[in-house]
Amino acid sequence: MLSFNQDCWFVRKVVRWRALASIAWSVLLLPATTTLFVFLVRFSLFHPVEWISECFGLLMAASTIFSLILLCGVVLVIGFFNLEGYTVVPSIPCSRVALLAKVLHPRQCVHSLVHCTVGMMVMWCASVMAGGRYQALGSPCTRGESADAPEVCLNEYHVFLLLAGAFIGYSHSFLGVVQNMNYVSFQIIQQYKYLRCKGSLPWVLKCSAVQSLYAVRNYVALYFFFGHIPRAWISNSLNLPIDSSLHSLDSLTGLLDFSLLYHLWISGAFLLLTWYITVLLFRIYVTEAHRFPVQSTFAEDAEQCLPKVLSEKRTPIMKFLALQDLALLSQHSPPRRQEVFSLSQPGGHPHNWNAISKECLALLSDLTQRLVAHHDAVASNGRARPPSATSDTRTTSNSSVSSAVVSGTEDLPQTPRPSVLLKTPGSVFLKSSGRGISSPLTAPFTPDLDSPFSTPSLRHLAAQQVPQQGQWLGSVQSPHIIRRGPKLWSTSTDSQANGSALASPVPTPSSPPPEQKSSFMAQWLQNRKEQLPEASSQALFADSQAHIWALEGLSHLVAASFSEDKYGVVQTTLPSILGCMLSLQEAVDRHFKLPHASSKPVKTSCSMGDSTYKTLRFALRAALKTSIYRITSTFGEHLNAVCISAEHQKRLQQFMEYRE
Amino acid sequence: MCSLALFPPPLSGGQITLYEANNELVAGSSPDCYEKQGAQTLSALNFPRETLKPHSRPESSSKAAFLDHKDTLWMRSAGAWRDAGLSGLLDEITNSAEEVPKWLAVSSGCVLALIRWMSSFHGSLFPHLTLSGEEMTAEFSQVSDSAIRSFAWHPHTDKFAVALLDDSIKIYNSRSATAPTLKHRLQRNVSAMQWKPLCASALAVACHTCLLVWHVDPSSLSTRPSSGCAQVLSHPGHSPVTSVAWSPSGSLLVSASPVDTAMMVWDVAAENCVPLQRVGGGGVTNVSWSPDGSRLLAATPSALFRVWETRMWTCERWPCLKGRCQSACWSPDGSRLLFSVQGEMVIYALTFSDMTGGPKSAAVVADLSETTFSGIDDITVGGEVQSLAWDPTGERLAVLLKGSSSHPAIIAVFKTRSSPVFELLPCGFVSGEIGAEPRLIQFHPHFQHGALLTVCWSNGRISHVPFYFVSVGRPHTGGSPPLPHITSKIEDYSTTHTLYTEQIS
Repeated sequence: MLSFNQDCWFVRKVVRWRALASIAWSVLLLPATTTLFVFLVRFSLFHPVEWISECFGLLMAASTIFSLILLCGVVLVIGFFNLEGYTVVPSIPCSRVALLAKVLHPRQCVHSLVHCTVGMMVMWCASVMAGGRYQALGSPCTRGESADAPEVCLNEYHVFLLLAGAFIGYSHSFLGVVQNMNYVSFQIIQQYKYLRCKGSLPWVLKCSAVQSLYAVRNYVALYFFFGHIPRAWISNSLNLPIDSSLHSLDSLTGLLDFSLLYHLWISGAFLLLTWYITVLLFRIYVTEAHRFPVQSTFAEDAEQCLPKVLSEKRTPIMKFLALQDLALLSQHSPPRRQEVFSLSQPGGHPHNWNAISKECLALLSDLTQRLVAHHDAVASNGRARPPSATSDTRTTSNSSVSSAVVSGTEDLPQTPRPSVLLKTPGSVFLKSSGRGISSPLTAPFTPDLDSPFSTPSLRHLAAQQVPQQGQWLGSVQSPHIIRRGPKLWSTSTDSQANGSALASPVPTPSSPPPEQKSSFMAQWLQNRKEQLPEASSQALFADSQAHIWALEGLSHLVAASFSEDKYGVVQTTLPSILGCMLSLQEAVDRHFKLPHASSKPVKTSCSMGDSTYKTLRFALRAALKTSIYRITSTFGEHLNAVCISAEHQKRLQQFMEYRE
Repeated sequence: MCSLALFPPPLSGGQITLYEANNELVAGSSPDCYEKQGAQTLSALNFPRETLKPHSRPESSSKAAFLDHKDTLWMRSAGAWRDAGLSGLLDEITNSAEEVPKWLAVSSGCVLALIRWMSSFHGSLFPHLTLSGEEMTAEFSQVSDSAIRSFAWHPHTDKFAVALLDDSIKIYNSRSATAPTLKHRLQRNVSAMQWKPLCASALAVACHTCLLVWHVDPSSLSTRPSSGCAQVLSHPGHSPVTSVAWSPSGSLLVSASPVDTAMMVWDVAAENCVPLQRVGGGGVTNVSWSPDGSRLLAATPSALFRVWETRMWTCERWPCLKGRCQSACWSPDGSRLLFSVQGEMVIYALTFSDMTGGPKSAAVVADLSETTFSGIDDITVGGEVQSLAWDPTGERLAVLLKGSSSHPAIIAVFKTRSSPVFELLPCGFVSGEIGAEPRLIQFHPHFQHGALLTVCWSNGRISHVPFYFVSVGRPHTGGSPPLPHITSKIEDYSTTHTLYTEQIS
């Protein structure tokens, strides 16, 4: 992760070792998958004995050993990319343009290029192991008559497989972006690594077989139309003539060779399987629950304790694991709960509980504000404006670029295209896209102030009110109060847990844009922008796994405090916890009334991409209700004595009567 | 060990058990006087079988009668593939030998024979796989032949759901007059239902092909919630679903199918699931979560059940000697599991504790072998257990005994005691109207004055039998009792009750 602070102890001590272990295991699994591949690719129905003896002979051969070593290198490269690129908060492009920008991002280009190369290497190994006509790049020419014929011709089968490797490598990389394959989701239940791996292996096998089938279909179609270009190029550059007496493979007769397609499919499945296993093991290792101590007796370990770790913002994986640990300890571990409720030894302050509850409440109120801001943006405008399209576009608040530049970089980071748009002052696009970016300190650029209705005096007013924002962030406020100053709030999903995405580029300074076609381009892009209506909702809840754990942890701790909290430390924060949850509940309810917010995503079958993030908002809604019910059902009538606002009281009453 | 011989003799001559007070069961002559007693505001419901038309659906055997044989071979093959998968496709090809090339017909016939041979081998290992879906539901779930297929109390409010023979579900609420009826295209062969804990509205329904989760807004006045209120959860190979169980914390749902060796752990809101696969046993018939959420029982169609611990989701295997685990229930603190085994007339107990490594073997706690009470006319009771239910205070255990040709099914109620040693003590038999046999039993989850047993009878009647007692563990809280005279009785006898328990201990 480039955005990782390399000094973070957690990355150094835990994440790297986990990644190393996962890579080591994927390397250890390579001989097994290779054996499987050899047996499948050399399969012959009518000579079973020959088949088996040949396979065993091949497994001992030097070429296979060399291929294995090469494959180990490939797995290392893939494992490295997994470690570098993983994220716990998916970046969700809100429009096609943003998606395009993601695909064309330089970093992504490097990723694709490396995957192409590595895919070719795997396919080279596969073709060597498959043997027969696939063995080598050159083959003796069959044309015997003419004396001037060269000895060695280009073996098109070999080229065909190599190009297939490059194609599958690229499509893996491309689908990785589209399906957020670098997103690591956490399981709903805890399982031991071995059992989890064993349970997922059949699925991974099926997945790689199916994906390989799709890839073969696409590749064959592509080769049919464009296959002659790379073939001619290779033939020219290597000075290997094409054997004209054979059918060339970009013809119908050449491609309708069943055994060729079978070998291609099996090789593609082998390629994807080795990569998918690496991804799977990495996910399993990195999401394994980590146990953080609640408090430590030694001062030097203090930064590794749960209250400190929770407030950490730079390392999202650590924050997520800490929240998961909090949710687990609050459910399963009474002695650790006791530590949370305990008082500090000299002084008698509930530091642990205060720090934990404060951090959880800050997370929840942050989400509330985000939702309220989004809702207001929609309400003020009649349509949803995408919040910060991808989380890699978080602006640095002190960047003194103009609002227009910021708006341009929102969707197209580090590509020259945004500058095209910037020459259309006053276009709808500018207004709508300018919203996405602003952090609390860039108030003068708060986009709504650009609207024609804003007067200079209003701007002045807004600028004055900005400092209050910071105070509001910490405290829990009813959405009604917050709504008073809606225009001040940005739709930026600039949460603390958000920094994990691909990169954090600084907005590119505007370059002199071309004069023509700009308004046409803007129009076109404007049309493209509105294409993914559900995405804005998904993007709002992209990091909601953290909120779900915070809700679970808080509610379980509060429920347990009813009988376990000897000093009553939880009682003091109970009003703010309830208030925070009820405000969030109100905000979530209002959000789900928006169009597209409650539409379910279509299920993707059999792909390695994790689509858990698409349904996180539903999970959050359910977890929120369950959490409030957990508190009300534990405390019952006692909650009437808790002082919260009348409006919240009314809402709480609904929960106590089981009417929500 | 308790046996049926220690019980007070069952009622005879059309007497009906009305309630328990003062440590004995009070009988009346007709349900009307029960109505007059008016236990709670809950009135008995009646669902005569005749009024409900069972859902008529084309059986697989009757398929040929409806399929147009004039279809082309392609159409028929596609239909067969859709309906019955690969074997259906091969069957179709083999049967239309005159339309296809000879080699195709012969080879598909061979493959079909091979598949049948292998499936019969598989079926001989796990005989339940040869049953059809409906037979399987009838065999492995508590679904009865009466008009009521399933019954579920809401865990927090006075609300319950009744699944009827015509595949509809009705929801009755003590606080509102509307009784919503839930119907869905996929809601067929309902075999189990459970309300989500810590939620007002979600009801999970185990259906023939899938799992439905209804969200019934409690404040809505609609009597027919649209099928848009139902979430459909399905997983290939995971049907028919015969059992569902929500985790007590309300976050997870577990579903089981006798055909699938994996049980599914669902995150319902996000609609994703984690299969937990263990091959032995050939499927999972019944899942039940311990009330503290730390363990989960998974019974299989073979003589084997598993107890999962729900922290890291590992399981321990419990092979039974005689048959499969028929029914089981957890004690309210989740430390004890009572279960019964098919073919044996006893109740076993397993005690779990966190300290030791777990129990080594199950102990027999009650003997339910047939016993004849001689009175005016000899009455025989006893037999295998159909289902077990333990009330939430942990003081009453209702056991539904299977009937036989000689004697009808009956409910035996035990008093339970966990200290100093776990013990079952006789309480009495609950009998209903003449000709009505109990089919389903469930305790009300939060009855204030003791325990309330809800019984669904074979004649379609649902009645409630209250057991008034003062729980040992729970301090008796005051409040406005719905029945002044009965509560006063309770208060009178509360002292005697504690005396009584002291005497026994």
